[in-house]
Amino acid sequence: MRTMQTEYLIAVDEFCANNNIEISFISSLEQNGLIEVITIQETGFIGAGQLQQLEKFIRLYYELDINLEGIETITHLLRRIDLMQDEIILLKNKLRLYETEL
Amino acid sequence: MNFLDYYKILGLDKTATPKDIKSAYRKLARKYHPDLNPNDKDAKRNFQQINEANEVLSDPEKRKKYDQYGNDWKHAEEFEKAKQYQQQSSDYQRPGYSGTQAEGDFSEFFESLFGGSAGSSGNRQVKYRGHDFNAELHLDLLDAYKTHRQTLTVNRKNIRITIPAGIENGQTIKIPGHGGHGVNGGPNGDLYITFSVANHPDIKRLGNDLYTKADLDLYKAVLGGEITIDTLKGKVKLKVKPETQNGSRIKLKGMGFPVYKNEGHFGDLYVTYTIKIPTDLTEKQKELFKELSESEF
Repeated sequence: MRTMQTEYLIAVDEFCANNNIEISFISSLEQNGLIEVITIQETGFIGAGQLQQLEKFIRLYYELDINLEGIETITHLLRRIDLMQDEIILLKNKLRLYETEL
Repeated sequence: MNFLDYYKILGLDKTATPKDIKSAYRKLARKYHPDLNPNDKDAKRNFQQINEANEVLSDPEKRKKYDQYGNDWKHAEEFEKAKQYQQQSSDYQRPGYSGTQAEGDFSEFFESLFGGSAGSSGNRQVKYRGHDFNAELHLDLLDAYKTHRQTLTVNRKNIRITIPAGIENGQTIKIPGHGGHGVNGGPNGDLYITFSVANHPDIKRLGNDLYTKADLDLYKAVLGGEITIDTLKGKVKLKVKPETQNGSRIKLKGMGFPVYKNEGHFGDLYVTYTIKIPTDLTEKQKELFKELSESEF
């Protein structure tokens, strides 16, 4: 994968060619609000910060046969799990406060 | 090293067709894939097993070898020698999942029977991202109070990290690129460090606030006075108001824990008073208390 002028952007067409995926897949992800594509002089780019998430979407779609609606639902639920895990940490730490009398 | 029943792992019997294997694998992979079960060690272990089972059963050659020698893996080497006289060719392409696929993801049993990881089996050159590493780092409350550097050894490699003051118990930070090596030029995985911050014997923490208790003798509680307490910032003198009640709490603003990644900002310190009743009173003292109790308030 080659980066453009700034090392933080990856050209969509090159990413697709290197990873053997259709550009339409990236477009669908963008239309569903799952990733953000930046267009500069008619060329689409993906921010490097989104790469890990994008690779995950590729695995879900191409390897686990999960469609876009499924990916959207999973992404939403995983975000909720993240929030709940943060809340669990907070509650566990609160509980520790009362484990020994102050 | 134990024999692994790959058919059982995928919930199949020995007569399973390639279609059955693919279907069983997909079903289980959707259940246990690490992307769908973040931070779940059990799911990760299960996924590695089903991945390994699929690796073997979906490859006709490996499946044949497994069926023939799986139960008696020690004979695998003899099998290999015999096979050297045969011309082998296969255009099979493994449909394995790349999510966490990397060297070291296969059991000893697998490596004994098939010699190394799946990546060496001559399949197409697919770039795999190295898998993520998870580590736990134990700190005490005083360690977490100050920004400090610490050297960790991960996979025989030393990594020097800066731990910002105010890190929370249970908090996880990501060190990009310090996970497993990528395969075929794929990027390295990441290292996730989860912090376990131990309780302090005298000071408790909740978020950025600290809680401690201070003993007060009865006379100081009644008449007021001054006491010195230990805090994480050192010793602090406190003025005690007259008629302070047992269990009452005061707040010392800005004397709590540093706010994570917000230098110069601190939470508050709450001090709860525990009033100690005098013991071993002399007869004279008892008389005085009796006199006091009979007086009108």
